[in-house]
Formats: sequence, C-alpha cells, structure tokens
Amino acid sequence: MATEAVAGQAPQRISLLRVLGPAHVWALGVGIVLVGEFMGWNFSVGKGGAMGSLIACWIIGLLYTCVAMIDSEVTSTVAAAGGQYAQAKHIIGPLMAFNVGLYLVMAYTMLEAADALVVGDLLAAVAGELGHDSLHTEPFVVLTIAVLAWLNYRGVFATLTVNFVITAAAFLSIVILFVGVQPWKPGEMLQHRELLTDLPYGWIGVIAAFQFGIWYYLGIEGTCQAAEEVRSPARSLPYGTMSGIITLLIAASLTWYIASGLLPWEYLGQAATPLYDAARVTGSTYLQVFLFVGTIFSAIASANGCINDASRSWFSMGRDRYMPLWFGAVHPRYRTPYRAILFLIPIAVSFAFTGLLDQVITFSILSGLLGYTFMPINMWMFRKKWPLDTIRRGYVHPFHPLPAAVLLALCVATYFATFLGYGAQLLAMMAFYIVASLWFAFHRYKYVRRGDQFSMPWPKPRGY
Amino acid sequence: MAKYSPPKQGKAGQVFDSLFLLALVYITLFAPLVLGLTGGGTTTQTVDQPTWEALGQNEVMAKQWEHLGYTPETAAELITTRFDYTINPVALIVTAIVIIGYFVFLIRFSDKEYRQVIAERFGKDK
Repeated sequence: MATEAVAGQAPQRISLLRVLGPAHVWALGVGIVLVGEFMGWNFSVGKGGAMGSLIACWIIGLLYTCVAMIDSEVTSTVAAAGGQYAQAKHIIGPLMAFNVGLYLVMAYTMLEAADALVVGDLLAAVAGELGHDSLHTEPFVVLTIAVLAWLNYRGVFATLTVNFVITAAAFLSIVILFVGVQPWKPGEMLQHRELLTDLPYGWIGVIAAFQFGIWYYLGIEGTCQAAEEVRSPARSLPYGTMSGIITLLIAASLTWYIASGLLPWEYLGQAATPLYDAARVTGSTYLQVFLFVGTIFSAIASANGCINDASRSWFSMGRDRYMPLWFGAVHPRYRTPYRAILFLIPIAVSFAFTGLLDQVITFSILSGLLGYTFMPINMWMFRKKWPLDTIRRGYVHPFHPLPAAVLLALCVATYFATFLGYGAQLLAMMAFYIVASLWFAFHRYKYVRRGDQFSMPWPKPRGY
Repeated sequence: MAKYSPPKQGKAGQVFDSLFLLALVYITLFAPLVLGLTGGGTTTQTVDQPTWEALGQNEVMAKQWEHLGYTPETAAELITTRFDYTINPVALIVTAIVIIGYFVFLIRFSDKEYRQVIAERFGKDK
C-alpha cells in the first residue's frame, strides 16, 4: 500500500495496480538486459580479446548463478515489495538499505542513459551511410527518454506490454542473424579460424574483461522490483525470472559466436553497435535492416524497463522517508510513481549527452557490482539472525556458505578488473556513495520512523 | 522503548534535499566524465605509413575492416590503442581501503540503526 503524501496534506492511501503476469516479468527482466547483447558486452573484448571475453562471460555467469541462488532464498522469504532494498531493511539495517536502493536507481538510470545514447549513435551512423553525415544525436536522446517516461507516467501495464512485444522482436533479430550467417558452413561467412587470436593481454586481460562481462547479464535481478504490481508473485516472479535467464544465456552465446566470427577483435572491442556492424559486414541488406530494428528495439525496451525499475526504487525510498516524502506519491489517476519518474529524467539525459558509452556503462556496472557485494553479506546475516529452523523459507539454497563465498570472491575480482583501466571512475563512484551515505546517516535518517521499517511477521532476530 | 516520532520535513527542506542529491550526482559522477578525468587508461602506438600487414592484420581481417569502411590509415589508431595494465600499488591499496572502509562503515552504522529498529518493533530485552 502506498501513500499519496504531500507535506502539509492529509495522507491518502492509493496502491500500485496488480496487473502483471509472467510474460511481463520476463519482458521486464529480459527487456532491460537483452540490450547488453546488442552493445556494451563487446567492451570486454577490448579489455581481454575475443577469447578473454568468452571466458569472462562464463565466469561472470557463475557470479550470476550465485546471485540467483542467494536471491531466491531471500526473496522467497522477504515477501515485502522493493526487492533487495526491502531485504536490506529487514536483515542488515537502514543505511545499507538506503545504499542498496541507490545502487538500483543508479544502475538503472545509467543503463537508461546508455540505451538512449545508443539509439542516437545508431541513427547517426545509419544517416551517415545514407549520405547525411552531420546528424545530431541529442534530439533523438531526448525524444527516446521523453516518450518512454511519458509511457511510464501513464501506466505500467501499457508500458510493459509494449516491452513484451519489442523485446520479443529484438530477440528474434538475433536468431535471424544467427541463421543468416549460416553457422553450419564455417569459413564461408563466419571466419573464426582467421579472426580469433591469442589472448592479447594474457590472463590479466581475462580478469580485466570481467568488468564488461557483467554486461551480459546486468539487471536480470530487477524482475523482483515488480513484486508489488504482479498478480501472483509466487508464480510469476520465478517463472518470469528463470525463463529470462535462459533467454539471456542463449542470446549471449549466439551474440559472441556471430560477432567474433565476423569482426576483428580490435574493432569489436570499441564498437557502439557490434551486432548491427556484424550484420553490415555480411553484405545483406535484409540482415542489416533486421539488426537495425533489433538494436533500436532492444535499447528502447531496456530504457523502458529501466525507467520502470529506477522510479520504483526511488518511490519506495520516498515512501519510507529515506528520500523526501514528496517522491513517495502515486498518481491519483494512473497509479504510477510519477514524481520519481520525472525526477530521474534529467540525470539520464545528461549522461547520455556525454556520448561516453563505455564510461556510462561502467557507472551502471559498478552500481550493480556494489549490489552483488551486499548479497553475500546479507545471506550470512540472514542465516545468522534467523537460522533455518526459526522462520519458514519459500526456498533454501544448498551448499551455504559456498555460493556466498564464491560470489564475494568474484565481486572482489571484478573490482580489480574495473581498477585495470577504469580506476579513477571506480573512485568517483565510491565518492558518490560515501558522501550519500554520510548525508543519510547524519541528516536524512532523522525523518525516518524506526520500528515501522520492519514489517515482516518474523520473530526477533538472534543477537538483538 | 518509547516510539520515535520523526520531525516533519517542510517543502523547503524537501526541495533542498532533492537538489543536494542532484548536485551530488553532477559533482561526483558527471563532472569527472566531462572533464576527462575518468575513462579507459590506454596508450596508442603510432605507425608511419600503415599497411594491413604492418598493423598485424591478415587477409580476412583486412577484408572485414574494408567492409566496415576503414582503410589502414583510418583503422590504425583503433588497432594500435591498447589498455595499460601496469599496476600502481599505491593506487591499488588506496582503492582497496576505500571500498573495504565503505562497507565496514555501512555494516557498523547500519547495525547501530538496526538495533533501534528492533528495539522499537520488538521491545528491548538485552
């Protein structure tokens, strides 16, 4: 239940609408992440070569397996809306919850900026090929974000229904490209034998590639953000998330195979739209058009889902007074967190205007990575404060504490990967979260109600 | 434990807090980006009169570059730009301390706040 709360007015209870099914959850998760197959993942090729990127894809796949195991246990037990943010509130404490909420907002807002940037870059590239060299990207960036923000403002059902259709079309374009390059005839169109090289930086390059290896999967955990608007969370969330992960694994494998068989690694490692470029070198106009549409659709679907998720995290924090209460309002007619949606628009537009795709993506990756670092800590505390026999869990993951330990080790390796080449940006991101944490701890928290933050019907945690 | 009643924040306070957060995003994240203080630590090697062979590209690679609209001259910078993975130990230690210190602060301060939450929700008995 949300609160339409404006300072000085009597609160009025309005809830978000429960209208979403498993297909919408799939569309929300895959819609956000699928764009990672159309752009961004290939920067891992730049950091470690094509083979290094493939190894990073597998190892980071292990990181996400640990994320899925841990998240399944905690999410199936913490049945409160807000995903990892609600988990942190109940298990670790308010300051951690504030940070986790902020990780979600920043990861999704930066991803939204990267999506809009790619739309602009692709349109400019295609205009260049058609003889119009000086097309400005900025109007398309603004138009993309403005239209999607308007859709989100008007209602979640229409928004995610649109996502379902365009995500499915984008996924289909990858399959069409895969068939179009005739993988059953190696050496004809796909040239892996001639294009694949040794590791250009050795094994340190493979570790460095972990940074952008995250991009193959980043955001799939966002499906639990929709918990409050799903008709049947116990059924829709696991089905939607699991089918989403399977879709991504297939798409990631196809993407690497196609792109590394068509493009030299030095080009692939810095390309803004690698799959579109792969279609271009096939010489087929049909494939080029399909991949143009697929890239645009994936970027739009991703930005659409990001606006949805970022605004809901910001809204949740406003509702709990972690942010100004003004953001905790639901639109009286459309039942959407409209103020949170509007507030985040200028941030996304500004970062998209920089044109620095790898760096905008890095901000998103780092926020995601900080969130994954929280998860093993959260898991250890959860089992310590509520051992298995004290509360009923929807799912108990096996081999604890092995997944938590592996996840933490892989997070440390990925921080090191980011330090290699993007160290200054890593420190800038940490500066942001440190100052924000001090602001919350010593200023903002005084506006937060204490006992109301714990809403689960659990016994008192052990040790308190 | 007596229930904590938070003060009400007025409109001006809410506007100030919102602007503070916006300013924080632009100062710590946006400014370093546009001022060129962040980004890939790379080095570029100059090749005089580049050819595909001199750039280490075989026949198939050269053909694909040409499909993409590149010549050896226009592709040279892309091909010869490499990440510099030389590790500065001081920078690495400082980065590690910042990240570990941040998480230690988060966990310790969160625990302090969490104890208040639990005490108010369940009553204090230890």
